[in-house]
Amino acid sequence: NKHVIRGKSGVEQVKLLDRFNNKTTTGTLYLTATHLIFVESNVPGAHEIWILHHHIASVEKLSLTTSGCPLLIQCRNFRVVHFVVPRERDCHDVYSSLLRLLRPVSYDELYAFSYNPKQNEQQREVGWQLIDLTAEFERLGLPCDQWQLSDVNRDYKVCETYPRDLYVPITASKPIIVGSSKFRSKGRFPVLTYFYQEKKAAVCRCSQPLSGFSARCLEDEHMLQAISKANHNSRFVYVMDTRPKLNALANRAAGKGYENEDNYSNIRFQFVGIENIHVMRASLQKLLEVVGTRSLSVNDYLLGLESSGWLRHIKAIVDAAIFLTKAVTVEGASVLVHCSDGWDRTAQVCALGALLMDPYYRTLKGFMVLIEKEWISFGHKFADRCDQLDGDPREVSPVFTQFLDCVWQLMEQFPQAFEFSEWFLIQLHEHVHSCQFGNFLGNSQRQREELQLKDRTYSLWAHLLSEQHNYLNPVYSPSFAERHPVLEPSTQPWNFKFWRNMYHQFDRTMHPRQSILKHTLTLKESNSKLEDTAHTLQAVSSYLLSSPLRCTNTPLQSLSSLHDSSPDAPDGNGGERTVEGSSATENGYGELQSSFSSKNEPAMVSLEFGVARMTC
Amino acid sequence: MTMEFSEHIKTANVDDVVLKLPLRPALKGTLCVTAHHLVFSERKEEGSYQLLLLLRSVDAIEKRMTGLSGSSGTIVIKCKDLRILQFDIPGMEECLNVASSIEALSSLESVTELYPFFHRPRELSLSEPWGLSSPQQQYAQTERLWDRWRLSKVNRNFSVCMSYPRTVIVPCAIDDITLAKAASFRQGGRFPVLCYYHRSNGMVIMRSSQPMTGANRKRCREDELLLQAAIDESEMGYIIDTRSAQQAQQARMAGGGFESKAFYHHWRRLHRHLERGKVLQESLIKLVEACGDPSQNMDRWLSKLENSKWLSHVHSALSTAGLVAECVERDGHSVLVHGFEGTDTTLLVTSLAQLILDPASRTFRGFLQLLEREWVQAGHPFRQRCAHSAHSHARLRQECPAFLLLLDATWQLGRQFPLALEFSEVLLLRLAQDAYASDYGTFLCSSEQERCALQVKENTHCLFQFLLRREEREKYVNPLYEATDLAIWPSVHPQSLQLWTGLFLRWTEYAQTMDEAREEIWTIVKERKETDRPKGCAHTTLSRHDSFTNVENLMDELTVL
Repeated sequence: NKHVIRGKSGVEQVKLLDRFNNKTTTGTLYLTATHLIFVESNVPGAHEIWILHHHIASVEKLSLTTSGCPLLIQCRNFRVVHFVVPRERDCHDVYSSLLRLLRPVSYDELYAFSYNPKQNEQQREVGWQLIDLTAEFERLGLPCDQWQLSDVNRDYKVCETYPRDLYVPITASKPIIVGSSKFRSKGRFPVLTYFYQEKKAAVCRCSQPLSGFSARCLEDEHMLQAISKANHNSRFVYVMDTRPKLNALANRAAGKGYENEDNYSNIRFQFVGIENIHVMRASLQKLLEVVGTRSLSVNDYLLGLESSGWLRHIKAIVDAAIFLTKAVTVEGASVLVHCSDGWDRTAQVCALGALLMDPYYRTLKGFMVLIEKEWISFGHKFADRCDQLDGDPREVSPVFTQFLDCVWQLMEQFPQAFEFSEWFLIQLHEHVHSCQFGNFLGNSQRQREELQLKDRTYSLWAHLLSEQHNYLNPVYSPSFAERHPVLEPSTQPWNFKFWRNMYHQFDRTMHPRQSILKHTLTLKESNSKLEDTAHTLQAVSSYLLSSPLRCTNTPLQSLSSLHDSSPDAPDGNGGERTVEGSSATENGYGELQSSFSSKNEPAMVSLEFGVARMTC
Repeated sequence: MTMEFSEHIKTANVDDVVLKLPLRPALKGTLCVTAHHLVFSERKEEGSYQLLLLLRSVDAIEKRMTGLSGSSGTIVIKCKDLRILQFDIPGMEECLNVASSIEALSSLESVTELYPFFHRPRELSLSEPWGLSSPQQQYAQTERLWDRWRLSKVNRNFSVCMSYPRTVIVPCAIDDITLAKAASFRQGGRFPVLCYYHRSNGMVIMRSSQPMTGANRKRCREDELLLQAAIDESEMGYIIDTRSAQQAQQARMAGGGFESKAFYHHWRRLHRHLERGKVLQESLIKLVEACGDPSQNMDRWLSKLENSKWLSHVHSALSTAGLVAECVERDGHSVLVHGFEGTDTTLLVTSLAQLILDPASRTFRGFLQLLEREWVQAGHPFRQRCAHSAHSHARLRQECPAFLLLLDATWQLGRQFPLALEFSEVLLLRLAQDAYASDYGTFLCSSEQERCALQVKENTHCLFQFLLRREEREKYVNPLYEATDLAIWPSVHPQSLQLWTGLFLRWTEYAQTMDEAREEIWTIVKERKETDRPKGCAHTTLSRHDSFTNVENLMDELTVL
């Protein structure tokens, strides 16, 4: 089912340029309904690149060069490919086909609706039942004497971006809920999202109040009072506004704003200062620009890291989560978290806070539950933020990526605390954008039900659990969790680092040279239980390496990304005596001229070879 | 205790001293000043804490009066291994006495007064061999050198070059008289000598100091002959000059210079500017300062890290070494490396290039031999370079952390190739500490000549020999080590380089949590090793290594460990 590009099955003699050195690969470019595929020519065990159309963020045709027409493709999973197509006409064909394919306008066009992992209906159904939020609230001890399940949103009438099942204080009556919801942006009234049983303290979330300069709402005040009363350990409830104060102030002019401490009894109000989606979008863009620079110097790298502000933002989110965690676990106070609409920063802080407070969320399955709860069910707008459909570019923002980055920073500090490895996070990131599974499609539960995703698509959780051996952290220690149920990360600035394996996952020259495939192999060997899966995986690997072209809708797509990022991928230049993919050419310590025939006085030459050019 | 030492000690013992160490609760006990050590013993019945601090490792000392009308004092001691200790001492006079003793005893001028001349542990004997190898042994072991290269004893009295060892390896075709003449044309007499022979293609790495061409473009036939004799008629060699072209030009004004193409037809010169001397020392000072400030925000930290330029220096060192290795291995050319004196950046580049190319230098013993050959015997002036570390307020003289930079770059190699080095980070940390202050004589003095004159080898113990003892060695090996014959080309992308937190944040909370984590990880590794053993049959050595790989991988991805 390859697309025919103007009468040909593929465009031949296409050059793939490495973005960090002068290495080029020649091959053939194919276009299918779902993927753009580049196959290296004339090499046994040829290298292949599969790019899902949904992953493509932008396609750019650069100006014509002597060797052909350059095509620059940037992907949402941070892959950047630079092709040079010999004939302009072919290049234009690929370009315009891609433009058509990469901007789906309706959900039906998304990969998830055509993806078929060869499962029967029953398996599909079981897959969707793996993560059960009702069971999760039960695990938290809910409902209980202070908190009840409310059916007020059964039909999405009170808040259409919330899930149906919501937990509220037993003293919060229906009129109070409805009244409060009318006073909250998008109707997102305060509801419970995590319950710390040890201190009976609740983490609640909502959106900003429509307070303007002076408006009040008695029901909303009652609501907060009810939350406060539900916790006998503390006389007050914290209200965390995760925005910078200035932003919250500005919102007042638009009839929104924040809680006035004078009107609400027993609250402690706190701004946290996490920037909005636009700042975050620009920050990541700046970061990627910096780290994508060829011949980047160490100083420019560090300055760029600083000026992008990315790590500063990451730290702000972690700081907020720590504040939340301390309030709940140390003070035993309940906390209400909100931002503007309560689906971006609020999701980040609540999810990260829960991760710090509860070891369950640091297990593979627990992390899925956490994402299902804080992100999917509470209406983080995945479709808008991840640009799933052709939409408003100002709605796109790496809010979820940022959350994963924060989790990675914690994994760095607590190597034994997490059951899963960073590859799991990277895989999640991959699929939030792949639109291959139904879980992250759309903006809210209501929309997902309307799209009948459970009947028409497959669940990512089932897929990830089926290959979980790829994502396990070999040094995870459940006893660590017993000793450190609550994580207390350090927030010294040197603890926040650039996540190379995420943002350079496809730039294999940058990574440590001895690792990943062995890593996977080892995992299997060290745990005899997994031996069988090991064989499967091995078979799968060789299958993928030898002839992935045959399986267009491959259920193993996700694995191929592991392959691509693996520095152990077979090295093309077999003659060179180097360790697993490390090569002098790729590092470009300097441009050695192979011949001495040049008549230049060396001193002159060396001026051109300035220090700045040493890092190609 | 000899008279000279006791003169410096006015108060030997003080009671009720409070010691504050990083990340530990304060301790109360007795402080005692001896000729070479500061001893603190906690006053407690059982399991009391003892601190034995080599006075030589004190980099800077600050004292201030505290308490009512200055009735007591506080001494802050900043060590060369970057640790900071604080003593609260009752009694102003005692405090001042202790401080002045530390000041005097930590900066003894005479080498033979230093602790290595007094360190006599029961398990070591002075009759044991000192050092691991000699140029003779190196030569004898490399049979393929013999048809082209010879051992020369032209420097047997250190008369040709003060900073070279007695024997050096030079081309067969060049006799000692020619060598002596070539030496007179090189700064400090450091004429080109062989430091590495690449078995796979017979190419070599040589090192020297700059030629003294001066403003008049003087030439020296003997020097030209020497370099010509190092390569075949038809071959070409590279000269990697660790200075910028401009610096090399300017050096002529001071009598130095570079090899002109006109006289060295078969050599092509490339300039790779590496920082040296004061610039490096200041870089280290700035970095350590940045790491010592826990109050800063994200932006300030990154900007200070950038401003220190330390990682840029690591980058330059690795990429220049990569270039040298590339010349030898990929392009098949011999290389001569030099800068000015040929005692600092030159050695940095030649030793890193060997680590990249030569599997032998990546073993535990091989690495120590490399350091001995390329740094100790080759005349890196440890005495001047490592006189002070980053905390000292003393005016900078000839301090320069070139050796620390080598250790850092080696650490980066270890991060990128977690299986390739037989030694672990712990060894690098140990060497970083001992280069500045040690119980052993290895890093004393600045040249073989000086070591002979002061009889260092007769009167001190050798650190390298000590580290190779079985019980010591175990602390420093990398259990993941898997020998490979291949070159290990490091990535020099800035994203691939990391701050060596094990060294620079060693005494912070951060490093402590990481240490704990690492310890636990190693425990798991060992447990796994042991559980693997009984099952035995199915598990080959290789698969056991693989299970380590796992862990190492993780640690690798944790970048911090």
